[in-house]
Amino acid sequence: MELTGAQALIKSLEREGVETIFGLPGGAILPVYDPILDSSIRHILVRHEQGAGHMAEGYALATGKPGVAMVTSGPGATNIVTPIANAHMDSTPLVVITGQVATASIGSDAFQECDITGITMGITKHNFLIQSVHEIPRVVASAFYLATTGRPGPVLIDLPKDIAQSTMEWWYPETIEELDLPGYRPEIALDEDAVALAAELIAQSERPVLYVGGGTLKSRATAQLLAFAERTKMPVVTTLMARGAFPDSHDQHLGMPGMHGTYSAVTAIQKSDLLISLGARFDDRVTGRPSAFATGAKVIHVDIDPAEFNKVRRVDVALQTNVATALTALDDLGATPLNLDVWWKEIRTWQEQFPLFYEEPTAEGPLRPQHVIEAIAQSASPGTIVSAGVGQHQMWASQHWQFEEPGTWVNSGGAGTMGFGVPAAIGAKVGRPDRTVWCIDGDGCFQMTAQELVTARAEGIPIKVAILNNAYLGMVRQWQEMFYEERYSEVYLSADLPDYVKWAEAMGCVGLRATNLKEMHEVIARANEINDVPVVIDFRTDSREKVFPMVPSGASNDDIMVHPLQRGGGQ
Amino acid sequence: MSPEPIEGETDPTPVRHHILSVLVENKAGVLARIAGLFARRGFNIYSLAVAPAEGHARFSRVTIVVDAQSAPLEQIVEQLGKLVNVVAITDLAPRDATERELLLATLSVDDSNRATVLDVTANTGASIVDVNGASVTVMLAGTPGACDRLERELERFNDVAIQRTGRVALPRLDQTAMAKTEEKV
Repeated sequence: MELTGAQALIKSLEREGVETIFGLPGGAILPVYDPILDSSIRHILVRHEQGAGHMAEGYALATGKPGVAMVTSGPGATNIVTPIANAHMDSTPLVVITGQVATASIGSDAFQECDITGITMGITKHNFLIQSVHEIPRVVASAFYLATTGRPGPVLIDLPKDIAQSTMEWWYPETIEELDLPGYRPEIALDEDAVALAAELIAQSERPVLYVGGGTLKSRATAQLLAFAERTKMPVVTTLMARGAFPDSHDQHLGMPGMHGTYSAVTAIQKSDLLISLGARFDDRVTGRPSAFATGAKVIHVDIDPAEFNKVRRVDVALQTNVATALTALDDLGATPLNLDVWWKEIRTWQEQFPLFYEEPTAEGPLRPQHVIEAIAQSASPGTIVSAGVGQHQMWASQHWQFEEPGTWVNSGGAGTMGFGVPAAIGAKVGRPDRTVWCIDGDGCFQMTAQELVTARAEGIPIKVAILNNAYLGMVRQWQEMFYEERYSEVYLSADLPDYVKWAEAMGCVGLRATNLKEMHEVIARANEINDVPVVIDFRTDSREKVFPMVPSGASNDDIMVHPLQRGGGQ
Repeated sequence: MSPEPIEGETDPTPVRHHILSVLVENKAGVLARIAGLFARRGFNIYSLAVAPAEGHARFSRVTIVVDAQSAPLEQIVEQLGKLVNVVAITDLAPRDATERELLLATLSVDDSNRATVLDVTANTGASIVDVNGASVTVMLAGTPGACDRLERELERFNDVAIQRTGRVALPRLDQTAMAKTEEKV
């Protein structure tokens, strides 16, 4: 069967089980858009290429399947660089296809030419510039294999226009060997000696903590984690990338560690004698000052990526494997810590003394952002997926939403990409149409990517967006208040400009606003009744509200600051 | 156990330098991937040499002398190992490796210094590979230490242009068993 390169590309995507492409056409990718008309794959036409990338990420985070985005060359390609970098930081499986100018024009500064493989070399797991029409199937199969195995990540395929237009005899690689990747071996045999050593460290431990990272979700190890935690009775903390990997309602769960983690999670790690890191990477937002991080703890580090071992923290045992395999192996050895009653007693004291805290709002407003999030959560159906942008609202969402299952928290962790929330929510809803999807957003973030609500309306993707509108770039404002003597520099946005309700309506969404408690409950109830079009709610929240607890940047986790009203005793 | 260094071939390069012999797929952009990785992770390259490996068209061997003080060697090796086109990495401590480097130098000669040039050439084991009336080109293929010595000797002359290749290395034969080959995982 003879196919054009464009047809072969689409057919290859079909072979990989792709159901949805997020994209926007242009000159160099034009040939590939023709066979899309004849394909079973749904194409979602975005309004900006960054939206396509974040939608693909949201889709991947909510479903566990690779997200696929397709854009044209030049500015189309550079507009999707931010999502690629974001996916790289958060190990999200993504396949991004970019059009490229014709082979003969490469290097000539042709119209809409840019060296996208060069630009994305450092922010992809791997990238390909297709050199011949015959290699399209192998490159596509390799891209999906690379994106989804080992430590997942984004893979970019750059396809010159002339190659898309030339023809090839159709074939498709049936085995991994045919992919011809001699330098890629994502899995190695489990080191039994290291497992035994880990079990020994566990057996000597009196104050262990399970430090659960995004790798636990990526390796679909949540069932093994629950079983292991319940058998060993160890306390669990889940990082920003791992929210939902362990039920928040579980009484062994201490919450999120790190800069805005719970007091008990941060302090338990600091006082632990054994940290079992499960697909986490000792990010600076978790460790605070690394030299002061959990100084009395031995470390068992489980990671599929050996480059994470000893990168930030010297480890005692490195287990290079996926989290599920490691936990199963430790279970098989019956690895069990010493009696943890004293440890738990200590932890319970911290939990009682310093729970997450905020001041109750007054009836007439302004609203408290944490309270808004809890009110939405309380009325949301079970299994609701939550996305967020980046900043205060993201931290509050992570702290105050109760996550009970994997794939329900969609956020930008490592890169901290403002504007992630709306498009990621759209992608999540496309991947899980059965679920309610809320985007908890900030007013600053919303303004960066809000145009994708036009996409959502046009494509019939009814997400719900809660803008916690405090009229500021809130997190920067918080730092300026706390660390720059309240000298507020370039952080004021205005609560009324733009008019979010009118903007929502102009984009075909329902726009609502709440300034006091009564309105807050009304608009949430109203939003929950609307399931055919996107809803945007402008919640007017208190600008002065800050995220606590907080470990200042570069400080020791021992110097965690709780809410001002909790201070004075015991800290 | 390590053998005594061969007389006259002691390596003056400080121990913080490590040699990585990296087998890579011979694909477009591989060198850029390696160079880019070193640049963005803040690893310093002391020298780098690339050529097809063992007569293959498919693989090349890249010999990289890295500054192991710029980053832990383990990090450099593991990050390098994540490049999909990198097939195998052999980490050679300088004393476990046979290393050679090639030095070419062109210098002006006249009656006042011709004898000295010939002396230096003979004493350092270099040879003269090109001559015209006013200049000679000398060449030395030797250990990095020998090249360093020749380079110091040449400092006394005027109008010297020196080009070194950077070292290439393979495991020392009697030390092959001790070289740590990091098969990619």
